[in-house]
Amino acid sequence: MKLIIAIIKPFKLDEVREALTGVGIAGMTVSEVKGFGRQKGQTEIYRGAEYSTNMVPKIKIEVVCGSDIVDRAVEAIQAAASTGAIGDGKIFVLDVGQAVRIRTGETNETAL
Amino acid sequence: MKQGWKTAGLVLGAAAIVAAMPAWAADLIKAPTVEQQATMMNKGDNAWMLVSSALVLMMSVPGLALFYGGLVRTKNMLSVLMQVLMIVCITTLVWCTWGYSEAFTSGGDNHFWGSFTTKALLMGVNGGTYAATFSNNVYIPELTYVCFQMTFACITPALIIGAFAERVKFTPLMIFMVLWLTLVYFPIAHMVWYWAGPDFLPDAPTDAGFLFLKGALDFAGGTVVHINAGIAGLVGCLIIGKRTGYKTEPMPPHSLTMTMIGASLLWVGWFGFNAGSNLESNGVTAVAFANTFVATAAAGVSWALVEQFVHGKPSLLGAASGVVAGLVAVTPASGYAHPMTAIVLGLVVSPICFFFVTTVKNMLKYDDSLDVFGVHCIGGIIGALGTAIVADPKLGGQGYFDYTKFPAVAVAPADYSIASQLIIQLEAVGLTLLWSGGISAILFLALKYTIGIRPSVDVEHEGLDISSHGERAYNY
Repeated sequence: MKLIIAIIKPFKLDEVREALTGVGIAGMTVSEVKGFGRQKGQTEIYRGAEYSTNMVPKIKIEVVCGSDIVDRAVEAIQAAASTGAIGDGKIFVLDVGQAVRIRTGETNETAL
Repeated sequence: MKQGWKTAGLVLGAAAIVAAMPAWAADLIKAPTVEQQATMMNKGDNAWMLVSSALVLMMSVPGLALFYGGLVRTKNMLSVLMQVLMIVCITTLVWCTWGYSEAFTSGGDNHFWGSFTTKALLMGVNGGTYAATFSNNVYIPELTYVCFQMTFACITPALIIGAFAERVKFTPLMIFMVLWLTLVYFPIAHMVWYWAGPDFLPDAPTDAGFLFLKGALDFAGGTVVHINAGIAGLVGCLIIGKRTGYKTEPMPPHSLTMTMIGASLLWVGWFGFNAGSNLESNGVTAVAFANTFVATAAAGVSWALVEQFVHGKPSLLGAASGVVAGLVAVTPASGYAHPMTAIVLGLVVSPICFFFVTTVKNMLKYDDSLDVFGVHCIGGIIGALGTAIVADPKLGGQGYFDYTKFPAVAVAPADYSIASQLIIQLEAVGLTLLWSGGISAILFLALKYTIGIRPSVDVEHEGLDISSHGERAYNY
């Protein structure tokens, strides 16, 4: 089992969700996050007081899937989230040791 | 309310009714008794004034509270709302206890404040007593006038808190407000707005406030409300000091949505403030209403244009600030200007206020958190001085009336002098700045060195909501 963590542009969320559904992913967790990478922040001005915000709003998606489909899932996210511009985000893949479905007690891939 | 009035008791006023007067002037009663006054009340006037009173209350809560609240950080939102709400409540009690008497009864030979006792606890004020308007033989119920003026007393101290928002202790602030009302607001209101009324002034030509007798024109409170509160705010923010982290950490507004709602409620409520200040529902009321509409729109546009030129983007906060600056500037001029000169006043005020809240504030390095000085005091001064120009009948203005005559006589257009009126306006502005600035400084310093007026740095970091009130504005 693998955990895919993807940081993407907020407006790309729907496209990424559809792409993942297309490769057989049945669930995901989404968070609104802020961060910075190579993309610069914006400057905000309130009655002459200037603030440069270097934290940019992003969406973080967490998906756990079987090792057999992880490559296809990563490709799907990469293709759907890409705009070609700086700030498109990153994808990380981690190993997962165990999974449990709380309602039934099923474990590992049957719990996904 | 208000005033105007020129030298030795002349004054301005309610042009439409007075202009219609000669035909039946012979029937006018000089110095009518209370029984006669009861027959001189118009139900339309009374209804309008009661509605206006409610509109002005809406300016404070929730209008001003939301306008200010949106501009502070989340952790201090609730403290601003609470300060405004409690100032309104406390002022109401003070007003009924001694404020109305101090502001609106005769001080005899003292023209700076009235009697603390004549109408204390609203003694002698009831459903059968009446207050004068700006027209001979036109009266409104005194309790209507008490309520209308009460709403002005409520909003003026509430304006001050924006200058030192996010860094003030609640109880000392409330103590300051009671003292400030007593020593600053009621006296200034008396000086500008108290007079015996058009049916009584001819027989008692010195029975009026100091600035009224000088002939200062202030239709709805440019000096009494905005300059008065604005300079007190500046003094307060200088004595209390800058917010911890000012200029080193970001302090962006937490909700410009709230600020937009607040500014819009202020605009709507301001019709009661300005047009209501005519005390009747007549042609001059319509003049004040129209001017409050158009000057405000012009100021909103001109602030946005300035930002477009300077920053390349017009901001919502800028447009909302322009709207408020326009309302402030037109306040003293509202019953005197022609709508076109009111528009010019609105176009002029925003660039000047913009210069103060951006360039001057940064240059002098004071932390007027919500720009009470830059918008209300500066805008008020522009309005007070501009009133001398726009009131000129030769420019379509209303001029003023000589209320020492019975019935009152409008100034001849040829006799109106912008220059001499400007000098009177400058005197009124100067006196207000000195009186309010000086006494406010004494009060703030006294509190600072006794019970303290500023919370600890830890409390400031945590936010005033939790530390002063034990709750948060938002629990998601």
